[in-house]
Amino acid sequence: MAAPVIATVLTLLVGSLLFAVLGYDPLATLQAFFITPLNSLNGLSEWLLKASPLILIACGLAVGFRANVWNIGAEGQLIIGALAACGVGLFYPNPDSWLLLPLMFFAGAIAGMAWAAIPAFLRARMNTNEILVTLMLTYIATLLLSWLVHGPWRDPAGFNYPQTALLSAAAMFEPFDYAYRLNASVFITVVAVFLMWLFTDRSFLGYKMSVSGAAPLAARYAGFRESAAVWTGLLAGGAAAGIAGMAEVSGPLGQLSPQISPGYGFAAIIVAFIGRLNAFGIVLGGLLMSLLFLGGEAVQMNLGLSAALTRIFQGILLFFLLAADFFIFYRLRRIPEHA
Amino acid sequence: MPPRLELRNITKSYPGIIANDDISMSIMPGEIHAVLGENGAGKSTLMKIIYGAAQADSGEIFCDGKPIAAHTPATSRALGIEMVYQHFALFESVTVVENIALAVSSSFDLDTLARQITELSNRYGMPIDPYRRVHDLSVGERQRVEIVRCLLQAPKLLILDEPTSVLTPQAVVKLFETLRQLAAEGCSIVYISHKLDEVQELCDTATVLRNGKVTGTARPKESTSAQLARLMVGAELPEMHVSPSVPSDKPVIEVRGLTAPARDKYGVELKNVSFEVRGGEIVGLAGVSGNGQAELISLLSGERTHANALSIQIGGKAAAHLNASERRKLGMAFVPEERLGRGAVPPHALWQNAVLTAHRSGLVRNGLVDRKQANSFAAKIIERFKVKANGPQSSAQSLSGGNLQKFIVGREIALEPKLFLVAQPTWGVDVGAAAFIRQTLVDLSRSGAAVLVISEELDELFEICDRLLVICQGQVSPPLIRTKTNREEIGLLMTRVDRGNGTNGRGEVAIQD
Repeated sequence: MAAPVIATVLTLLVGSLLFAVLGYDPLATLQAFFITPLNSLNGLSEWLLKASPLILIACGLAVGFRANVWNIGAEGQLIIGALAACGVGLFYPNPDSWLLLPLMFFAGAIAGMAWAAIPAFLRARMNTNEILVTLMLTYIATLLLSWLVHGPWRDPAGFNYPQTALLSAAAMFEPFDYAYRLNASVFITVVAVFLMWLFTDRSFLGYKMSVSGAAPLAARYAGFRESAAVWTGLLAGGAAAGIAGMAEVSGPLGQLSPQISPGYGFAAIIVAFIGRLNAFGIVLGGLLMSLLFLGGEAVQMNLGLSAALTRIFQGILLFFLLAADFFIFYRLRRIPEHA
Repeated sequence: MPPRLELRNITKSYPGIIANDDISMSIMPGEIHAVLGENGAGKSTLMKIIYGAAQADSGEIFCDGKPIAAHTPATSRALGIEMVYQHFALFESVTVVENIALAVSSSFDLDTLARQITELSNRYGMPIDPYRRVHDLSVGERQRVEIVRCLLQAPKLLILDEPTSVLTPQAVVKLFETLRQLAAEGCSIVYISHKLDEVQELCDTATVLRNGKVTGTARPKESTSAQLARLMVGAELPEMHVSPSVPSDKPVIEVRGLTAPARDKYGVELKNVSFEVRGGEIVGLAGVSGNGQAELISLLSGERTHANALSIQIGGKAAAHLNASERRKLGMAFVPEERLGRGAVPPHALWQNAVLTAHRSGLVRNGLVDRKQANSFAAKIIERFKVKANGPQSSAQSLSGGNLQKFIVGREIALEPKLFLVAQPTWGVDVGAAAFIRQTLVDLSRSGAAVLVISEELDELFEICDRLLVICQGQVSPPLIRTKTNREEIGLLMTRVDRGNGTNGRGEVAIQD
């Protein structure tokens, strides 16, 4: 428990110094960063809205990370999930059917899994490096999205903007209140956190994955298949990212455009590690990361800090968090010189 | 004359345990002094304190009458205290002389150093070629490298930690000659062991530790094994009961013409290995380590599979293509040589490590791990095998090697296997527990299981096995009946290939005379 406290104190100190040196009032800046975004109902709604996909994806990724399966392509899986879900939403014959939303949910999940199945197959069969393959596939996914919204799926009535038509009401999650953007998709995340906890903490499959991660030779000794860990890890991440993508198009976006994610897929990797690959840790990590997103925007708008400066500040916090973790487990020691 | 080394009231405690409690002892120049004790008795801690790798909480250490201040391994070496570790720290891919050059603080002149190594090693009757690469050396030869490394420093006190656990009987004889010669030249030797017969043969005096305290000092040559054992264990050792074996008609495991390439360039190729183990008997596989045991055991356990399914049959079923889990379904259980990271997951709690192989014994229900069952399963093993641990919640890596071994052996035996493979069952396990484990193996076999024991300790194999196999350079000898063979015959088989074709390979240790 000491690590996050130490990290927070260090971040506040170094951050204040940074702001002061650059001529901003440290206290006002910190308040704008951390307090103001949560001061209103809208702020709270935005906070949860942004935390939800981060937590959802991080839960899926952590399943793999625990078994040393490094899926860093959640961003691509998110995009493909959003594509598939939006495709169903746009082209399903009856745009008012209540079936639309569940169909889009499954389309998103399956598409995300299919995208993650490519690196899983290559790793399990040919022992390729899944870090590289998942990352490369992210670029392909981004370009595929770009091609679709500039080409075949472009809204004919959209004034030539690169975006699809708006989804029908039945293809969208209804907001709790039309004044704010938060919608029912947060419950998906709540369920995902519970499933993640159940899987990693209680299930036998999750147990086997943690053995694979902590001691590969012991997994081999017990006869747990490595390929099972690879498939489970990548498919869990793919499904979570695909669903997150679906929740974005069916939630705040309502349509596809070339930029549908502010980097949720990559930020979720950090969230997973801040949360120490643990379900409840990930919830806290996701809320923190979301607040950093919001706070960064707020100080840019209210105090005119540059985008680079806010990102430096975010980097400082993450750096101290991970470093404090490290120094809890390891200690620097002077070793005497050789005699 | 002041003692070469004197310890006065050394106390060292770690959280929750007093490792050394008020220990005093002294060693004269030229004395060979044994430190005897069970696992966890505090031997290793004491050696670390003597060598300066750990600091005592209180107490003093004197070397030649002068107190040692600011004690570190570097100051120890400056005083002439050298230590040969149980597990060697050599770089496999470079030569002997390069390895030694790294440890020696003098200038980096390889040719001069090589000459010194040749001269010194010949003088003490344990020749090594300084230009050979370490990965080509047998374990006995590696140990020579470590000893020569220490001798180059002209030590006044040499500490050896369980030095014979990996040597052939012939090599042990050789080592003892070297040590006696060293002692005659005035070097003091601290000899850590749990093998009573060796201590009786070699050592002038012994300090016996139990639970961190000195329980007695003895003159081993004038004491009986039973007296020494009582000091170590605090009670009489249980006597082994080995009833005659009644082997089953059909073999439980049958290996036929198993040939497999080496796993990597430091591995050994298995050549046409054939043997069988019947229910009700214990078969021992002897051999100097690094002769194909690792390859054979991983093929038998299913950690490595083989395309020719029929080359290994378990209970009459082709099994060579099955993985470890599938073979366990056929009634196999297995205790590997490496405990941490292979037989157990280091950061996991003991109850989690129980699930590792016992998940078929009701510890998993509906795909969920039943923590209550796993806890009570682990608790039963801890109780039955007297594992020193703070209950099922303690992590595997917090246990000492011997205690973790007891836990793993206990877990595998609790599975009631029909076929039990076990590598180095009592390696680093204390006398009392080793006797218990051996008795358990005998009982398991007499209840009908087939037991294959792979061990480098011939005494152990002779104590419990009905038949013995010897592995050498990837070939396995025909079985020998225990009662009709002897240590010398086995010792020669362990090194036979060298004699046959005259190569200068591993195992030459044994045949120099």
